[in-house]
Amino acid sequence: MAMSGMRGLSVFISDIRNCQNKEQERLRVDKELGNIRTRFKNEKALTPYEKKKYVWKMLYIYMLGYDVDFGHMEAVSLISAPKYPEKQVGYIVTSSLLNENHDFLRLAINTVRNDIIGRNETFQCLALTMVGNIGGREFAESLAPDVQKLLISSSCRPLVRKKAALCLLRLYRKNPDVVNVDGWADRMAQLLDERDLGVLTSSMSLLVALVSNNHEAYWSCLPKCIKILERLARNLDIPQEYTYYGIPSPWLQVKTMRALQYFPTIEDPNARRSLFEVLQRILMGTDVVKNVNKNNASHAVLFEALALVMHLDAEKEMMSQCVALLGKFIAVREPNIRYLGLENMTRMLMVTDIQDIIKRHQAQIITSLKDPDISIRRRALDLLYGMCDVSNAKDIVEELLQYLSTAEFAMREELSLKAAILAEKFAPDLSWYVDVILQLIDKAGDFVSDDIWFRVVQFVTNNEDLQPYAAAKAREYLDKPAIHETMVKVSAYILGEFGHLLARRPGCSPKEIFGIIHEKLPTVSTSTISILLSTYAKILMHSQPPDPELQNQIWTIFKKYESSIEVEIQQRAVEYFALSRKGAALMDILAEMPKFPERQSALIKKAEDTEVDTAEQSAIRLRAQQLSQTSNALVVTEQSHANGTPPGGQLSLVKIPSMSSNVDDTSADGRLSQENGTLSKVDSQPPSGDFLGDLLGPLAIEGPPSINIHTRSSSNSGLEGTVVEATAIVPAGEQTNSVQPIGNIAERFHALCVKDSGVLYEDPYIQIGIKAEWRAHLGHLVLFLGNKNTSPLVSVQALILPPTHLKMELSLVPETIPPRAQVQCPLEVINLHPSRDVAVLDFSYMFGNDRVNVKLRLPAVLNKFLQPISVTAEEFFPQWRSLPGPPLKLQEVVRGVRPLPLPEMANLFSSYHITVSPGLDPNPNNLVASTTFYSESTRAMLCLIRIETDPADRTQLRMTVASGDPTLTFEAEGVHQRPISEHSHSYRNSSDTASSSISSGSTQQCSRILDGSWGNAGCSFMTT
Amino acid sequence: MIRFILLQNRQGKTRLAKYYVPLEDSEKHKVEYEVHRLVVNRDPKYTNFVEFRTHKIIYRRYAGLFFSLCVDITDNELAYLECIHLFVEILDHFFSNVCELDLVFNFHKVYLILDEFILAGELQETSKKAIIERMGELEKLE
Repeated sequence: MAMSGMRGLSVFISDIRNCQNKEQERLRVDKELGNIRTRFKNEKALTPYEKKKYVWKMLYIYMLGYDVDFGHMEAVSLISAPKYPEKQVGYIVTSSLLNENHDFLRLAINTVRNDIIGRNETFQCLALTMVGNIGGREFAESLAPDVQKLLISSSCRPLVRKKAALCLLRLYRKNPDVVNVDGWADRMAQLLDERDLGVLTSSMSLLVALVSNNHEAYWSCLPKCIKILERLARNLDIPQEYTYYGIPSPWLQVKTMRALQYFPTIEDPNARRSLFEVLQRILMGTDVVKNVNKNNASHAVLFEALALVMHLDAEKEMMSQCVALLGKFIAVREPNIRYLGLENMTRMLMVTDIQDIIKRHQAQIITSLKDPDISIRRRALDLLYGMCDVSNAKDIVEELLQYLSTAEFAMREELSLKAAILAEKFAPDLSWYVDVILQLIDKAGDFVSDDIWFRVVQFVTNNEDLQPYAAAKAREYLDKPAIHETMVKVSAYILGEFGHLLARRPGCSPKEIFGIIHEKLPTVSTSTISILLSTYAKILMHSQPPDPELQNQIWTIFKKYESSIEVEIQQRAVEYFALSRKGAALMDILAEMPKFPERQSALIKKAEDTEVDTAEQSAIRLRAQQLSQTSNALVVTEQSHANGTPPGGQLSLVKIPSMSSNVDDTSADGRLSQENGTLSKVDSQPPSGDFLGDLLGPLAIEGPPSINIHTRSSSNSGLEGTVVEATAIVPAGEQTNSVQPIGNIAERFHALCVKDSGVLYEDPYIQIGIKAEWRAHLGHLVLFLGNKNTSPLVSVQALILPPTHLKMELSLVPETIPPRAQVQCPLEVINLHPSRDVAVLDFSYMFGNDRVNVKLRLPAVLNKFLQPISVTAEEFFPQWRSLPGPPLKLQEVVRGVRPLPLPEMANLFSSYHITVSPGLDPNPNNLVASTTFYSESTRAMLCLIRIETDPADRTQLRMTVASGDPTLTFEAEGVHQRPISEHSHSYRNSSDTASSSISSGSTQQCSRILDGSWGNAGCSFMTT
Repeated sequence: MIRFILLQNRQGKTRLAKYYVPLEDSEKHKVEYEVHRLVVNRDPKYTNFVEFRTHKIIYRRYAGLFFSLCVDITDNELAYLECIHLFVEILDHFFSNVCELDLVFNFHKVYLILDEFILAGELQETSKKAIIERMGELEKLE
């Protein structure tokens, strides 16, 4: 038996070994700790040898699993001992007892630094080792330059330099800034010329970390890596001691190939060729041998080579070689190789399109799903999950379901999550999806997370065709003798909502459904009882004409739970009881739940979100990201095209980016839209972000609808289009979905006032776009109604409420907009006479049970009927003078205007089709403009405008408008005002240049001379 | 990257524990307990790899001793598996025909050898000869 060389330590270890039981061991340890503690108290009396011995004992005790909460200081203080033996113990024990977050470590930084920059090689090694193993950020910041120096020093032995390389790697991982890319890339390339394999191995690990963060800087290392690989794998040019079972350092080969995987591609054809030669040699030359170590080592190299070939997008031939190899591996008996075959096949799926080839091995992979080793089963599960598409989803999901019954607990949750996702993503039909989920719940209810059953309820609610089927299935499961509580929840929910669809089937009368659900009540938890109470209320509502016996039964239950100590249950019982006595009103309140907004599946999100923690980001993942950026995601193509299914036929709701953002933005948008007053809203509750809120919240019972519509004050401009402000409110009794518009409706309108195409309105279900052409007094508009969903929008109605001056004709709007379809509805406009009143589109549709109704201003505004015209001084002034004053010429002073340079004001005018004639007005602070207005009554009518600004106070200006028609003058004057008066409603968040450019002042500051006695007031400002 | 290295016997006694990531003591104890439970009952015919939290354990059994490395999911499994064997060969060479008791009574030497073999969670030296020679140098200093 080898002895430690320290008698006291050996004796102590023997004592511990001789302890008969844990209790004795503890006593012995406590005695020793007490002894050490006393000895440390009188530190001065300790010889260095004793100190060393006690610190080793402490480490031993610590290793046995006992807490050692003293003596850290002593261990750290040994680091500064002058002699090697004590210093060595100090470093090693400190590295084991402390971690980078310990304060004591800070005390040692100076000593450590002195050891690193000192001349004692052994001390350098000790210090580098400790910093490399437990150094933190502070060490990184204060020691990195010294460590770098040692690494590239020509006077240091390889022994020190290899430690410096890895020590630097540690510091770099703690703080990447400590390696200055500019200077270091060349050094790194030089390091790769190193002959000493120890230094090279360490440096290669450092390089992997560096290139994983920034390959650009290290291009010069790429050819060197290929050289190293050639040297090892082809020339076998390597000292004997670095071969392992005849294989030239398999570890260095693996690391080198790993580094190469971080370079996106290899441009140089020669380098590429040499590399492929080496890789080909590895792929072809790796044989299975008897010696397990040699076999492992050669296959370690082989698997890394496979990964590199995949990464490099090798020629087809080489790729198929790889797939063939992997196909062979997943069939071998040797468990490690089979495991790696499965794992690498899964990785390969991420970067290349080899689905069809892998499918050939499906049976083999399914066999591995039944392997006794959980590690292999996991890899098989991952691969099956990755290779699943519509063509094989049924087979694979059924295998998973079958396996679920026998799988151990550790795998069930993952298994059911994956089965649920696959069923959702690739269901050939929805009823199959329902079957799968119900089976999942039946077989592994404990492992089916709430997300999974919420999801099936969402699908059933959103797809009417599915509802009778789901209800029938739920009913069937209830007949089983013992069902999982989740099954009770989901079937109670579905039967409450859709049980009435089964009414004529045997055993499905409201009474019978109630009976069988109620049987389960004594066995379920409180959260389920809440759902059951809702179901009872719904059953009651659906049993028409009321069945007095059933009614009494259910009322008795509500009565009973009115005194439940669970607040949720109590509240539901009380409310349902009260509501259910209201007779017909119950029908409205307990109507079917509205359709759920489509959003990304929480399950898929959950699966995507699982991040693994690795020192370097995975090369394969980087690669997959690169691919998805260039080719718009493999997943999408493989789902919709490769499998020959129409994209619309899929259940997958994965890619609807605007949805999720909408949910997030509701609070902000909600406020704005209310102030704009154009959205009819009864329920102001924003859609809840999580399914728990949707499903477990009180079902369809809400507090008094909060009508929160802010009617815009029109005191500032009594003449403004009042139709818009007086937004019709949907009667409160009518159920309205809490649909939130996307974006600001007012802003969209303003933007469309100055341009001819864009989006008029958008919500999670529909987008209404507009495109317009204007010619003289005529307008030709097209409304684009786009359904954003996978289910149809029904009862679509569009009604135009034209002001008196416009004649508008809207072509027929179809009642139903098919899923993902866009319909175009032309709208013709004729302008009869000048007016600033605005036309309104009254638009509504049904989604689920909810009617969404919005009233939208249409951008058929006065300035659309203007055409720019430029006039000369000779034309302008006679005309100007011929219009002496009101009502043909009007003037007003506008105050509180945001100072605006004249050129910008000119731009603003031209966006309204008004031409500014520069130089016409002798005063450079003034601006003169002209335009032609078209309407049936006025025909083409010239309209002149003059703006006078005051250089001393640019926040006010005077505007004069003149035309041959009093109405036109009056209305045109108002149009120019619009940007100012509208402003107070959109300044909050305005990106609309037209409305934000003139003024930031409120309407109150804008003193209009035109109200009431405008004629007289206007005169006093007349010029000319 | 190697997160930690554990040498444990069948009873779960830790003979060597080296952590390259900062863990609190309580967490270390938990990890040691869990890893032991994970590997001790695995059939010898199973793979040498087993998932552990967000990482994986590469382990190998020599007589009554389990050598376990915790590495990243993306690391090369076989390379680390042979890294264990190389370490065992080095120990075997150093203690000439190593047994568990050598490691118990000379645990401090095992730490020294490990520090010459692995640093910062990465392989530092793969030459058995270089490590044994280095150990000779160090012994002379004591």
